[in-house]
This record gives sequence, C-alpha cells and structure tokens, in this order.
Amino acid sequence: MIRRMALGSLVVLVIVALVWMVAAVAPRVPRRGTPPAAPPAATAPAGPERKIKATLYYISEDGLSLPGVQREVAFADPIEEQARRIVEAQLDAAPAPYASPVPAGTSLRALFIGQRGEAFVDLAGDVRTKHPGGALYELFTIYSIVDALTVNLPAITRVQILIDGKEVETLAGHVDLRHPLQKNLKWTELQTDNDK
Amino acid sequence: MSGQEMFALDDLARLFNVVVREDAAAGGLTVTAGTATIALTAGQSLASLNGRLISLPAPPVRDGRAWFVPVDFVARALAPAIGRVDLRKPSRLIIVGDIRAPRIVGRMESLGSLARLTLDIAPATPHNVVQEGTKLTIRFEADMLDAALPATTSPELVTNVRPGEGAASIAIDLGPRFASFRTTDTPADRGAARLVIDVIAPTTEAQPTPTQPPAPTPGAPETPPLIDLAPSGGLRAIVIDAGHGGDEIGAKGTNGALEKNVTLSVARRLKAALEGRLGLRVILTRDGDTTVGLDERAAIANNNKADLFVSLHANAAPRTATSGAEVFYLSLDEYGDAAERVAHTDSDPLPVFGGGTRDIELTLWDLAQARYIKESAALAQTVEASLRQHVPMSPRAIQQAPFRVLVGANMPAVLVEMGFITNPAQEKQLQADEFQNQIVQALVESIIRFRDTHGGSRASGTRQ
Repeated sequence: MIRRMALGSLVVLVIVALVWMVAAVAPRVPRRGTPPAAPPAATAPAGPERKIKATLYYISEDGLSLPGVQREVAFADPIEEQARRIVEAQLDAAPAPYASPVPAGTSLRALFIGQRGEAFVDLAGDVRTKHPGGALYELFTIYSIVDALTVNLPAITRVQILIDGKEVETLAGHVDLRHPLQKNLKWTELQTDNDK
Repeated sequence: MSGQEMFALDDLARLFNVVVREDAAAGGLTVTAGTATIALTAGQSLASLNGRLISLPAPPVRDGRAWFVPVDFVARALAPAIGRVDLRKPSRLIIVGDIRAPRIVGRMESLGSLARLTLDIAPATPHNVVQEGTKLTIRFEADMLDAALPATTSPELVTNVRPGEGAASIAIDLGPRFASFRTTDTPADRGAARLVIDVIAPTTEAQPTPTQPPAPTPGAPETPPLIDLAPSGGLRAIVIDAGHGGDEIGAKGTNGALEKNVTLSVARRLKAALEGRLGLRVILTRDGDTTVGLDERAAIANNNKADLFVSLHANAAPRTATSGAEVFYLSLDEYGDAAERVAHTDSDPLPVFGGGTRDIELTLWDLAQARYIKESAALAQTVEASLRQHVPMSPRAIQQAPFRVLVGANMPAVLVEMGFITNPAQEKQLQADEFQNQIVQALVESIIRFRDTHGGSRASGTRQ
C-alpha cells in the first residue's frame, strides 16, 4: 500500500514537472485569454463598436519622414488581438496626404507575443515581392510596424518581422531582421543637419 | 661603381669650364668654379664649398689617373657654385643655362566613357592643346621637355601618348571611339601646374536636367582637380560593394533603370579611380550581374583585410519628388548589450607557449562592426562633406541604421545612397557618366581626407 502511494506521488510529481516545462519552453505560443499587460494609449467609450485611438505611421509628403498620425482602431482583448488590429490598421491604405510605408495588399498572417514582450509579426510574402526597394523605404516599412506596436502597446518591447512564417535576413536587402527591433522614432520627424 | 652612379671629374671640368687640381700631399682635390672653391678628400663623403660642408652619397674615387664623383655632386656642390645647373636623375639629364625644359609627369586612367590624361608640369609652362586630324597636340612654350609619358589604358579612345613633332610638344593619337575632348588647367604647389585632358566617347546617356544640377562648388573648375595622392598613407586595400545584383535587382526607376546596374557601374569607376590615383588595392564584392549574399560581402572585405568598406546603393521613395544622397553607418542600438560589450572590449590576454600572455582580439563575426563605429561615423561625415560638394544631398544626409551588410565588416564601413532612383530626374542622373563621375570624385576625395586624418583603421585601431 505504501509502495502504491509512493508510486502515485511520483506520477503526480512527473505531471507537475511536465506542466512546468511546457510553460517554460513555450514563450512564443500565443497566449490567448491572458489579459493585456498594459492598457492601450487611450480608450474610446465602451460599446458594441468600441475603438481606441492609436498612433500609426505614414510617409510624409516630401517622402523623407515617417510622422505619427492618430487614428481609430477597433478595440480588442487580449493584447495579441489588439496588436493584430493595430498592425492590420497600419497595413491599410494611408490617409491623405500621406503615403503608405507598406506595399499595398500586404497581409498579416499571424502575430504572437513572447513572455519577454517580444512581438513576432508574420507578414505574407507580398511584402517582399511587391516592395519597391530602397534603404529608406525599407526602413519606413519596418519601423512603421515596429513603432505602431511599441508606441501603442508599451508591454511590447521589441518586434521581429517574419515573412511567410520564417525568420529572414532582410526585407529588401538592407535592414537586419534577424533580431527583434526596438522602438525607433528618429524617422518620425525630419531633423536636418542644421537641427542637430 | 660600388652601387653608385659616378661622373668622371674631367668630363665635368670640360662641360662646366671648371678647374680641377689634385693636392697629393693632402690626399684631396680642389675644384675651382669662378670665385667658388670646392674641396674633396679621398675616402670621405663630404665636400667643402667655400668652407661650408656638404654631404655626398659616396666619397670621390680614384681609378688610375682619373677621379670620379657621385652624380649628386653636381646638384649639391657644383650647382650652388656655378648656378644655372639642374640635375634630373630620373630622366638622366643635366640642364645647364637658361634652357626651358619643364618636367612633365603623366598618368592615364579610364573613367567609363572617357579617358583622362593628367599631366603634372613643373614649372608651370604656357601651352595650348589643338586637335590635328586624328591626334591632339599639346605645344609648350619651352626649348625641350623632360617628360615621362604613360601607356594608354583606353586604346579605343587613345591609342598612344608620345612625343610630338618638335622638341616641346606631346601628341595624343586618338582611337576610333573619340568624339570630343576637354581640358582643364589648375595651379599646383611650388609653381607647378596640372593639365587634365579628358578624351570623351560618344554617349547617349541623358545629361542632368536643369532642375537637378549636381550642385558644383561655387568657383570650382569644371573638372575637379585631382589630388596628388602618393603615398597612400595608412590605407592599403578598400572593398567597394556594388549593392544588390543578379536576382536582387534592388530599387527600380520609373523609366526602368535598375539599382543593381547603377551600383555596379559606379563601383567599377571608383575602383579604376582609386587604383589609378591612390595606388590602392581595390576589391569589388561583385564585378558582374551576380547574386552575392550580404554575409559574403562582409566576408570578402574581412578576408582581404580591407581598411575600408564602402557599399553603394540607390534609394527609393513613394514620392517621385524625393531626391538627394544619403550616407549611412551602423546603428548599434538594435544589437543590444552584446554589441556594446564588443564596442568597449579591449583585446583579451591569453597565455602562450613559454609563459607570459599575448593580447588576442576575439570578436564575434556578426558584431565585428561594433569596434569601428567611431571610425565609421568619421568616415560617414567625411563622405557626406565631399558628396555635398558634387551632388544634391537629402536634408537628412547622415543617418544610422541596422544595416545587415555593415554589421559584419571588420573595418570602418559606410553605405552610400547616391540618389533616389524613383525620382525621374535623378534616375537619369544616376545613369549618366557625368553624375557617376561626380560621385566617384567625391568618394576619392573623402577617402583621401579620411586617410590623412585617420590613417586607416589598422593604423589607428581606435574604438568607440
């Protein structure tokens, strides 16, 4: 009897250990149902079409900067859903007089957030095949998404862009995408040499 | 004689009308030229001119009854004594009297659709350049020329550079692709002058439009003056990276120009210019329309122990009006603490055979650039300043970004966006010989300035 009880305790311990290991090694698995780690920047009145105001990023008229523009984005919960809505809004057409930094037709395949606040944004391959190239254009494409997430959802600390589910070296031959990127607002305003 | 070129003193005596007397008791010689007296002593590499000591590369030597003196005796002792004597060892000339014989050193280089002949003339001598049928003739107001002329590097434009008819002219035999020529005269140091002759092939390339001029410096000559570059200082090798290539076409202009073709064309011109003017070893990461990985480009630079890495690109924007050149260097922010550690880590002392330690630099290949951020920033500033003298610049001319091709470079590295290919006017410029030559000129000048102020990465070894 004592032996049976000891065996039962061992089984319980193994199950607990397995549960602990799964939790530890699965930081990239979407954690649906978990509450947002931080509230959105501002919230609109609650209701069936509840929206938040978010800062999205578009190319200026002179083509040289990536200013933030306040736009309404559908509210969602948990944070991964909210992040998804923000990225989808960023991928939509730009409001006048701005130009979109992302090739038209680019779609979001998936988005998940790791335990350390790293967001993984999986874009469909069109973002690469339709991209017009150019280092500045590529910087704008990438940082519009990185900044839209990190500015509006402070719980997201870094963003790594994947294409068709895979880690890539670059989008168009310039910006290093092998690591998650942090918020970078240096392109949001045009600072000329005289401003420095 | 004993590795020295010597003159027989008797020959010099006849040529310059000086008197040579041997003083057997003192074991020496005296050379009298007018009121000046030069004393020589056997076995001593010293001469005395009116009591002032002058060193010679070798002592006077007696061979039988004849005395021999080193060639430099003429320049160091005889010329001050009698004046109007000019010894030119490279051309084995002694010029006596008032003969006008300017020294001319020529070099030639190919710059795309033009061949450039540069003549350094000392002293500056009036001249004219005229076309005579299938040759150009440069006539100098001189009695003769002491000229070292180069071999042609562009036989389709210039078949030969040779002495012309008469004692003071140079002929340039023109090749089948000759269409026109232009000349530029600029003064040089110490009373010398530089004559640049560009022999130009016919071109169908569009010229820069009036609305997008390459912004020459006010008062600058049409062809920027070349700078006398030898020696190359602390720089030995440079890697020029023609952006994109092969399957990676890069950005595309509204009229179809491809970034990969523009970058290759400028890279080839820059290679020719750096090799010809600086004598540097220049390696291209690609010399054709081939696909080269970003890691491989940095590896080419690292494996060749290049002192500088310059990546050439053309930019793109959704607005066709966007224009101007930009210079980038690496931003370390995106690489986290590891990059900061590399940037601030000195070499590690490791034990070696026989005791003691030796400093070994251990750097992650992936973060090699972290050690050179400071130099890369300086290089970017130098490149930007030079570009500004030659081509239109973007309002934000220097930027930092996490560019993949730069992070692995183990030397100062910059990425140059030469202009926006999505701007129709700049698209034409980027394909035009004149604009590409302006870019090349700016980069050559900036590399010279960087060399002069930093001496090359290997020499300085400074880190952030």
